[in-house]
Amino acid sequence: MKQTDSEKPGVSRLALFLSFSRISLSSFGGAIFWARRELIDRQRWLTEREFVELFTLGQLLPGPNVLNLTVMIGHRFAGWTGALAAVAGFLGWPCLVVIGMGILYQHYGALPQVQQMLTGMSSVAAGLLLATVIKLAMVLPRSWWPWLFGALAFVGVGIMRWPLLWVMSALGPLAVFAAWKEQD
Amino acid sequence: MDRLDLSGLFFHFLILWFLAIGGPSTIFPDIHRYLVEAHGLLTNVQFAELYTLAQVAPGPNAMYVTLIGWHLAGWKGVAATTIPLLVPAVTLTLLVGHLNERYPNARFGRVIRRGLMPITIGLVFASATILMRTVNHDWRGYLITLFTVAVVLRQPWNPLWLFGVGALAGIVGFV
Repeated sequence: MKQTDSEKPGVSRLALFLSFSRISLSSFGGAIFWARRELIDRQRWLTEREFVELFTLGQLLPGPNVLNLTVMIGHRFAGWTGALAAVAGFLGWPCLVVIGMGILYQHYGALPQVQQMLTGMSSVAAGLLLATVIKLAMVLPRSWWPWLFGALAFVGVGIMRWPLLWVMSALGPLAVFAAWKEQD
Repeated sequence: MDRLDLSGLFFHFLILWFLAIGGPSTIFPDIHRYLVEAHGLLTNVQFAELYTLAQVAPGPNAMYVTLIGWHLAGWKGVAATTIPLLVPAVTLTLLVGHLNERYPNARFGRVIRRGLMPITIGLVFASATILMRTVNHDWRGYLITLFTVAVVLRQPWNPLWLFGVGALAGIVGFV
């Protein structure tokens, strides 16, 4: 079944809840791969192009990218309650899992073996963040201003430990202005 | 350690999530500053451990805020840290999604994204350095971090395997 951009298949709230539950529960280390697989390949609710457009929009907005995608898709197919059903599926299960982890941590977090295990895992978590930075930096435009803004954000928030709100209010508009000037 | 002020926590997180363009890792440094440095609600190590634990849970990696909320104040804490995460997603996303359907070729979206991208990079780098300074006590910790970077940049492995390697290294006493 091939669908065009204009027609929207009828999707029930239950189907939204179940699909986003499946995406959420299978996504370890990044939900986007599973979202694409479920929404395009399995359910055929979206075309490749629609998916990319919604995802790009989700990236532009604050918050977890795939959560923004979840809200848009739920709303698109079944209105407000559809968005709610999709979000419940997407966030509900991880919420319960991390609370379970919280309970275990309160009981066993102080054991030396657990401490050592978590230290090793935290070194990995830091590596994942660092790798993200490198991947992102590789697609930066080849000019001086992005590096300047990146460095200022790092120094302001990471070294000076100023509140993010101040740093973003100062740097955000300037950075967008620089990108706008460069475009012309 | 300050007395836990749940409504203060709620409003701080609410502001942060509106600033989280580029994903949850961008607000990690400020969450750390607020909880560890400004209010002393968690130690450096507790913060790093809760963040890491949540990374091996399914779902979006933002769920570390839910885990921190639970650790601080149970269900009320979960509400105080998790509801703010939903607010921009629900309000802004639907608003902008609507505008985008109306004006599909507006180019300010692209300009905003291109402009903010370098700031995102700087903030995620700050997150990585804060975490490294906390958990890597000597060269062995940094070795695991660098090993992770090298693998992620070359192989499309699921990060869970890497967390497994890190856990094993910890248990055998390497770090």
